[in-house]
This record gives sequence, structure tokens and C-alpha cells, in this order.
Amino acid sequence: MRRFSWFNATSLTLGFAFLYLPMILLIVYSFNASKLVTVWAGFSTQWYGELFRDEAFLDAAWVTLQVAVISSTIATVLGTMAAIVLVRSGRFVGRTLFSGMIYAPLVMPEVITGLSLLLLFIGIGLDRGVLTIVLAHTTFSMCYVSVVVSSRLVSFDQSLEEAALDLGCSPFDAFRLVTLPIIAPAVISGWLLAFTLSLDDLVIASFTAGPSATTLPIKIFSSVRLGVSPEINALSTIMIGIVAVGVITASLISKRASLRQQQDEQAAARATG
Amino acid sequence: MAQPMAQTVFAPWDDPDETPLIRFENVTKRFGDFTAIDDLSLDIYAREFFALLGPSGCGKTTMMRMLAGFETPTSGTIRLAGQDIAPVPPNKRAVNMMFQSYALFPHLSVWDNIAFGLRREGMDKDALNDRVEEMLRLTRLGKFAKRKPHQISGGQRQRVALARSLAKAPKLLLLDEPLGALDAKLREDTQFELMDIQEKTGTTFVIVTHDQEEAMTVASRVAVMDEGRLVQVATPDRIYETPETVYVADFIGDVNIIEGTAAPDGDQTHVIWAEGHDPIIGSTDRAFERGQQVFYAIRPEKVAISANRPEDAVNAVKGKILDIAYLGNLSTYHVELPTGHIIKAQTANTRRIARRAYTWEDEVWLSWTGTAGILLES
Ligand SMILES: Nc1ncnc2c1ncn2[C@@H]1O[C@H](COP(=O)(O)OP(=O)(O)O)[C@@H](O)[C@H]1O
Ligand SMILES: [Mg+2]
Repeated sequence: MRRFSWFNATSLTLGFAFLYLPMILLIVYSFNASKLVTVWAGFSTQWYGELFRDEAFLDAAWVTLQVAVISSTIATVLGTMAAIVLVRSGRFVGRTLFSGMIYAPLVMPEVITGLSLLLLFIGIGLDRGVLTIVLAHTTFSMCYVSVVVSSRLVSFDQSLEEAALDLGCSPFDAFRLVTLPIIAPAVISGWLLAFTLSLDDLVIASFTAGPSATTLPIKIFSSVRLGVSPEINALSTIMIGIVAVGVITASLISKRASLRQQQDEQAAARATG
Repeated sequence: MAQPMAQTVFAPWDDPDETPLIRFENVTKRFGDFTAIDDLSLDIYAREFFALLGPSGCGKTTMMRMLAGFETPTSGTIRLAGQDIAPVPPNKRAVNMMFQSYALFPHLSVWDNIAFGLRREGMDKDALNDRVEEMLRLTRLGKFAKRKPHQISGGQRQRVALARSLAKAPKLLLLDEPLGALDAKLREDTQFELMDIQEKTGTTFVIVTHDQEEAMTVASRVAVMDEGRLVQVATPDRIYETPETVYVADFIGDVNIIEGTAAPDGDQTHVIWAEGHDPIIGSTDRAFERGQQVFYAIRPEKVAISANRPEDAVNAVKGKILDIAYLGNLSTYHVELPTGHIIKAQTANTRRIARRAYTWEDEVWLSWTGTAGILLES
């Protein structure tokens, strides 16, 4: 077994403390009985109870969930389609430009994306609400989906699709029956990634949300400006939980898929070797 | 027992009334500036086991992909049963291909892989079951029907790929280096299995290979390709015994090539190949002019080796043994002539020998008959 050296152990502890201490504090204080955020007065789940009675928070939660589900689903469809075009079609006029434009939103400052979307919605006279947030989230999360799916497609053996065509599939059937089932793990992790991105987005949502629809991050941010309340801690804890589950599931799905493949191959080697 | 009727030899290519199943008419395929297939014309007949043979990169896969519909010719036409197939997409062609990589669907079981094409046809359930079971029997895969492709061995995968492409009973089956991944023993077994299946099903097979022995074993006719052109198309024995060019002679099997000038003499042609040596005497159907450059090609197994000059030998040369390659059933002697030529002579090891008759540095005579070799122009 390899032992950690003194130096390694210290830097690891410091690094993780830096990353996770604030979150742990937040989680711990969400179970604080006291109304004062910084004074510990015993364990309690009362703030969770109050949170679930607060209409405004529940509304915001419902909007957030709707936006996340719808936008990540649309983003997955569009992102997968873009990935296929980028990986498959080889060279076509403007391919470099097209791929650059797909990935640009990844590095674009969110403020700019948000502002430009806001201008667009005002320009075409679209009232800000759930629809506009969905559109905005789809826009920025589809490029993440596209990155995840295209990295899978690069290693996808094109002759599988040709074999499907050869056996009488239409091109659409070949995609539906062969390509999609094989790249499904990547598509699902793309969806989960888009879902969690939508869930915790504040900047773009602030630009595109209207008075009729507020998402949780906006709600949290505006209440914090009036002072941190234990309710907010409870809410944030729940969100950390959801996001963590989403991210961990996404990575487990892709890990498991490759692990299972490996195990099966080893089993086959034993059976025949 | 009396044979009521003489068995007819399968040779539709010799019959002028026969119409070919596949016809390449001046087909050219370019990728950008690169010409992969160069003005190629070829007829392949129904029930043939046709082999495309050539070095890597000569355009064999491209030919297959044009037949399957994954590439379209830049110019020229390909006809299948008389019909131009250019406008027909791959999924509408009565052609199936077995891919070089097998291309089995990893998410489907062996059974579902084989059933895949039949399901697309909308075949009814009972007929489909019967057909898949028949294919499993034919390829001896019954035990593995429920496994996924990565749970079976390479040889079994290859048979699944074969079963899957055969299941739809295509008019034409394309096999792209189907046995490339198999070891020698399994390869040989599978070659005979393929021939057996071809005989049972009556499908026309086109097989791509870069292994000349494989082509010779399975094929009714062999096409030797070089840089997108056909060099020679003939039956395996004709390709071996009467190659038309040095390239073909050299590509198929082992051969000694001796360059010289022709000197016709009655119905024989002498090859003047070295000063101070008797000319090589050969017979040929071709007319050579006196002084024309000629290549004399002779297979090592047709060269006899002896300690003394055989009395009645038409052609005989003396040399020194440079090297001996022991191949188990055969031994190949590399003999250096005083002119610097190195001639290979092969003898069959019919007895278990503890001691060779000849060894390194021995002076030996090589001899062969007047019809053993052939004369080629280039
Ligand atoms: N899609 C393609 N684009 C460009 N060049 C190609 C393409 N397919 C094949 N080639 C070229 O055509 C030549 C013949 O290829 P191929 O038919 O695969 O040869 P092989 O006889 O080894 O099967 C090769 O030089 C290859 O590089
Ligand atoms: Mg090839």
C-alpha cells in the first residue's frame, strides 16, 4: 500500500477543506434550532418544515424544476444532433466555424449571454416567464451536451451504422436502433449535466426571468440580500443534495458502462482462453 | 458404377450466352485527386466465389463499398442483374456485406444480431424464428445465441457476422477480409466452411483478401489488382501456372524471375540471359521478336536439384548452395549461380531425414524441363 507523505496529506486536507468547508457549514447550520445563523442552539429540522410551508419558495421550486426538465430535454436533443453533424459529416464548408460557434457559449461570459438573450426577447416582444428561461437555459446547456456526446461519438465505430443500412435500415432507423442505444449513456449524462446546470444558474436566469416566474437561485439570492436566514440554508442544502446526486449519477453511468464492458470482455477471455 | 452424365464444369465466364450478375463498366472512383479505382471493367457471374486479391491500398475495399452502396463511382456504371445500381441506396440493395471489423451490434445478443435484417424486412414471427435457428445451425452457434458479441471468441464473432449477412439470403454476399483476424488453423477450417455454405446456399460470394493462399483455396476465379486496376482475372490454377505479367507471377506464390533477350527457334524460344551460358529453352504461345526483352519465370518446385548434371535435362545450371529454408513439408534451397543470380529450388521432404543430401556451400546442378517456366513480356 502507498502511504501519503506528510506533505501530501496536509495539502490534500487543506485543499478539500477549502472546497467543502463552506458547504459543510451551510449544511450544519441548516439544522440549527436558532434563528441566528451563526449561533448554534441545538439540532432541529424546523427550517425544513417552514420552507415547505412557504408559498413563494414552493412556487420558485416548481418553476425551477419545470425549467430544468424541459430545457435539459430540448438541449439534449439539439446537442446530440449538433454532435452528430460535427463528428460525422467530415469536411463541409464552414465546419470549423460551425464547431467554433457551438462551443463558444462555453467560454462566453454568462452576463453577455444573459444580456443578449434579454435583448432578443425584448426585441421580438416575448414576455419574460418560464418560456424565456427555458429558451435561455437550452441555449447554453446544449453546448455542454454536445461536448459530452461528441466525445463518445468520436470513438463510435461508423461501420456499425453502415451494417444497419446494409441490413435494410433507413438512415433514421439505423440511428434509432443502433447508434442511439450504444451512445445512450453519454446522452443520459449529457441530460443530467444540462439539468444540474439549469438548476443552479443564477446569472442568465436573472436576465430572462420575469415577475411572473422566479427560479430558486434568484429567490435565494434576493432573500440573502435581506440577511441570511436558516430557511435559505435548508433550501441550499436540498439543492446541494440534488446537484450532487445528478453529477454523481452522470459520472457513475459512464463509469459503469465502460466497467461492465471490460468485465464482460474478461469473462469472454476466460471462457475461450 | 456408371456415370449417366458427364459432370459439367462450372465456368460461366467461358460461356458467351451467360449474362453476368455483376458488371463493372469502366468504373473510376476518385477521392479528391487520388484515383482509387481506375477505369475498371469486370464481370462476375451468379454462384461464383470470386476473390479480389492485391496488396494493401490497391482498392479492394473500395470495390466492395461501391457494390454495397457506401460509395458511388466517380464515373462508369455498376450493374447488378442488368440494373444500374448507382441510384439504389444501401438499404434497398439485395446485397449484404460482411465487414472487415465484423461490425456486430454490441447491445444486441447473437440471436438479435442475426434477426436484425429479417426484422427490417417485416418477416412474420414464425418464419423469422425458423430462419434464425437455421442460420445458427449452419454456423454452429446454437449454444451462444443468448450471448452478447463481447462474450464470445473472435472466431465465433466472425461466424455471427457471416450468419447475419447470410440471413437475408442476399443475391450477392460481400466478404471483406473475413478471416483476417483468425489464426492459421481456424482460418483453414473456416475457409472450408465458407465454401460449404456457398455450395449449400448458392449465393454469389465476392471475397476480399490479401492472402494469396486463401484466394487460391476458396475462389472459382481470382482477380489480381494493382493500384486500382485489374492485372489478371482467371481461375486459381491459371493464375498460378500462366500468370500474364511478372507482377502476378511474383504476387501469387514464390517465383524465380530471370531477365534476358528472346531468340525464337522454331516452336521454342531461347532466352539469352548470361554470356557464356547456354540459353534457357522455353515454349510459349506468344510471339517474341529476336532481341526483345523477356522475363523467364519459373516456380521453385519445378526446379530439380542434383549433385551431377542430369543427362537428359533441357535446362541445367550449376551453382553453390547459399541458404536452406526448412519448412517442414518442404525445403527451399537458395542457389547462387556464378553470374550472381540466386535461384530457389524446392524439394518435398517425403522422408523423415536426419541428414540432408546437400548442405551449405555444396556445388549442385539445377535443372528443369522446357515447359516448366513461362516467358513474360513485363
Ligand atoms: N474515403 C476515402 N477518402 C480518401 N481516400 C480513401 C478513402 N477510402 C479509401 N481511400 C484510399 O483509396 C485507396 C484504396 O483503399 P482501399 O479500397 O481501402 O484499399 P484495400 O485494397 O486495402 O482495401 C487507399 O489508398 C486509401 O487510402
Ligand atoms: Mg481493405
